[in-house]
Amino acid sequence: MHMADALISPAVGGVMWAAAVGTAAYSIKKIRNEMDEKKIPLMGVMGAFVFAAQMINFTIPGTGSSGHIGGGILLAVLLGPYAAFLSMASILLIQALFFADGGLLAFGSNVFNMGFYTCFIAYPLIFRWITRKGMSSRRIITASLISVVIGLQMGSLSVVLQTLFSGKTALPFGTFLLFMQPVHLAIGIMEGLVTAAVVTFVWKARPEIIERASEGKALVGISLKKVILIIAIATVLTGGVLSWFASSNPDGLEWSMFKTAGTTELEASGEVHEAASGIQSKTAILPDYSINAPEGLENAGTSISGLVGGLMTLVLAGLTGFIISIAKRRSKKAAA
Amino acid sequence: MSHHKIEVKDLHFSYPDGHKAVKGLDFSIHHGEAVGIIGANGAGKSTLLMLLMGVLFPEKGEVLVGDVHVTRKTLSVIRQRLGMVFQDPDDQLFMTTVYDDVAFGPRNYGLDEKEVEGRVLQALEMVGILHLKDRAPFKLSGGEKRAAAIASVLSMQPDVLIMDEPTAALDPKSRRRVMNLMKGFEHTKIITSHDLDMVFDVCKRVIVIKDGRIAADGSAADILANAGLMDECGLELPLSLQKCPVCGRDAGLVPYS
Amino acid sequence: MNNPNIINSIYNMRLLDEAALKTTAVHRIHPLVKLVTTLAYLVVVVSFGKYETGRLLPFLFYPVVIFAFAELPVISMLKRILIVEPLIIGIGILNPLFDRQAVMFAGVLVPGGWVAFLSIFIKCSLTVTAALLLIATTGMDKLALALRMLKVPRLFVLQLLLTYRYISVLMEEVGRSLKAYSLKAPEHKGVQRSAWGPLAGQLILRTFDRAQRVYQAMCLRGFNGEYNTGGNIRLRSADLGYLAGWVLLFISLKRYDIPLIIGSLLTGVVK
Repeated sequence: MHMADALISPAVGGVMWAAAVGTAAYSIKKIRNEMDEKKIPLMGVMGAFVFAAQMINFTIPGTGSSGHIGGGILLAVLLGPYAAFLSMASILLIQALFFADGGLLAFGSNVFNMGFYTCFIAYPLIFRWITRKGMSSRRIITASLISVVIGLQMGSLSVVLQTLFSGKTALPFGTFLLFMQPVHLAIGIMEGLVTAAVVTFVWKARPEIIERASEGKALVGISLKKVILIIAIATVLTGGVLSWFASSNPDGLEWSMFKTAGTTELEASGEVHEAASGIQSKTAILPDYSINAPEGLENAGTSISGLVGGLMTLVLAGLTGFIISIAKRRSKKAAA
Repeated sequence: MSHHKIEVKDLHFSYPDGHKAVKGLDFSIHHGEAVGIIGANGAGKSTLLMLLMGVLFPEKGEVLVGDVHVTRKTLSVIRQRLGMVFQDPDDQLFMTTVYDDVAFGPRNYGLDEKEVEGRVLQALEMVGILHLKDRAPFKLSGGEKRAAAIASVLSMQPDVLIMDEPTAALDPKSRRRVMNLMKGFEHTKIITSHDLDMVFDVCKRVIVIKDGRIAADGSAADILANAGLMDECGLELPLSLQKCPVCGRDAGLVPYS
Repeated sequence: MNNPNIINSIYNMRLLDEAALKTTAVHRIHPLVKLVTTLAYLVVVVSFGKYETGRLLPFLFYPVVIFAFAELPVISMLKRILIVEPLIIGIGILNPLFDRQAVMFAGVLVPGGWVAFLSIFIKCSLTVTAALLLIATTGMDKLALALRMLKVPRLFVLQLLLTYRYISVLMEEVGRSLKAYSLKAPEHKGVQRSAWGPLAGQLILRTFDRAQRVYQAMCLRGFNGEYNTGGNIRLRSADLGYLAGWVLLFISLKRYDIPLIIGSLLTGVVK
């Protein structure tokens, strides 16, 4: 679900950044008030856990596609919504910087899409509500599944909306939605099950952690030993063990796209052929074909000069790089 | 009255699961002493260290550091006086560069950056890894990590150095270097270790812990050469005091230097 | 059987960490300046219209120059960039399907969708490269410092650094355990359910203990909830020059159609 910079407009990116920063500032404030410093290494470990877990592609049965877990709900259940949100932000930042998984301009969007809906909506309104009368194995599974699925659905809907408002693709809202939502439903079910397993584990061993996280109380007096122990179990289980089942199938988002593209590729090339062959004979028709005829044609696309110029700059760029490297090597030899 | 540095009086401690780890410890350590604390695994050595540092609090008895009781309220003062070096340096090097790790302590005490820099460089110099100051911890060798961990404690200028298994997992040369380092420090030193030869070399005094109690407290030479005592406490004579593996004769009492 | 994802990730992070340690002129530029420059670059590139392609090409100068001056491992990093492309291609490829508005491209009319696709592809390549260049010339530490200078709360920065510090530790441990397992069960493709317990158990003890000890280590060195960073790096005139130079270039490239100018000159000469 990570959005790339190329698909986002500065306006949309800016707005989402503001939203994410606002939420983060609020979270930090909340945490400071009740901060039990023991939570800091816990946030670090959990952050690393979810990071490792996101590296794994889980096969979604029946679709031939795969996705990876977001981790928002899991973090929220174990750390409380505020710490979870910040943890999520760190993970996404490191992914954006080191793995180009999600752009920097789109960082705000990603943090919001993957952090806000899970930590501040799905977790408190769904998970907590379902377990309001107390935890039990069944409630945990139900709560995990529903909150994860809903959180993901909201997140992927957000992605669609943000892409739409950015205007970088001509993808109709409906079609995009039709592909994103079912895929993320499948991913959600998978992640929900994983989350349920981990949460059940933690709850059985140290129930206070989850209760405290939900009350926002500090983990004073509790043997964090076991907590982190359990978290580490989960870390290994998902972070390493499950990767054995990792598939090499592309991410759910891509898969939606590819499936569509595959079936319509022929149509597209047919059109190009038609347009190209029809240009000479049908020049008169073209002004009608595209609405903003002359002005539109000049502003959109590239003229031949433009293309030549573009290619020249490519060559120039390459040459520049080459010259700089050579110059550097020469000066090094001279200095040595 | 002599100037005691550390006093432990009738210390008792049990873990939440009921295991009584420390069953009445009494000793004093004077300024400048080098004391080795030895004992079999599970004897209570690590627990003792944690009680000294105020990580754990006794159910009975007390710990005094230079006349200050170790309580939750006095932790900040205590921890400035006692510097603890962990067994696994990776646990202590949690920042992204050696410099930042060594600077962590002084920075927490609110010193200005100039002073912090001075302390960091001095500490790194003392352990001989000044050239590694900007390196990431995961890139250091075992010996270098150990040195960095020690430096991270030295920069706080403690009076007492507490070291948990300082020579564990080190190659011979690194081990030798660490030993020489320790011998060079003028701080009061409390060292737990299974490396009895190192203890023999570095510490003048030895306290043997057995089942949460002190089994012996005296000069290193006396205790470590006492085969019977060592055996009773689940230990052995240091290798340098055992029979020569080649000719079978008893080794001399001169430590390797 | 190894875990390619984890091994690749560790390798990838190490690669960028190593690159960030160099001391070229670019590396010495103030981290905040590099951050702002990168963001400016991203904003300008992304602000180009749907069908712009040629005008984006000059923006290649930025990555090319940085790559050269910072002596970065071009091939390895390009591989990284290529891995990200499929997703963009996946989304972009739908443009030809839905966007049939004819658009001018080198004197030929083509469905806008293809031009838009090309545009997205170029933008993606540029933006992704820019982000990687940032970390490869700055490194996590200095970046954290830049964040602090931007008044990002210390709590967040500390948590970020800890996460970063733990990632390699955790992934390495997981990798080691998996390798050990694979040596004992080479005939199995994946880890059997029955092995999850013992495999996990060992790693768990180590990881949980570590987190506990790290916290203790922090406390023993006076940690009380607040994280104190070191002093700030000063801004030199070279840093400001760097910033001004690049930003001016980006803005000029946006305002003026340089490729067109060059191209017109050339085609004019030819004619």
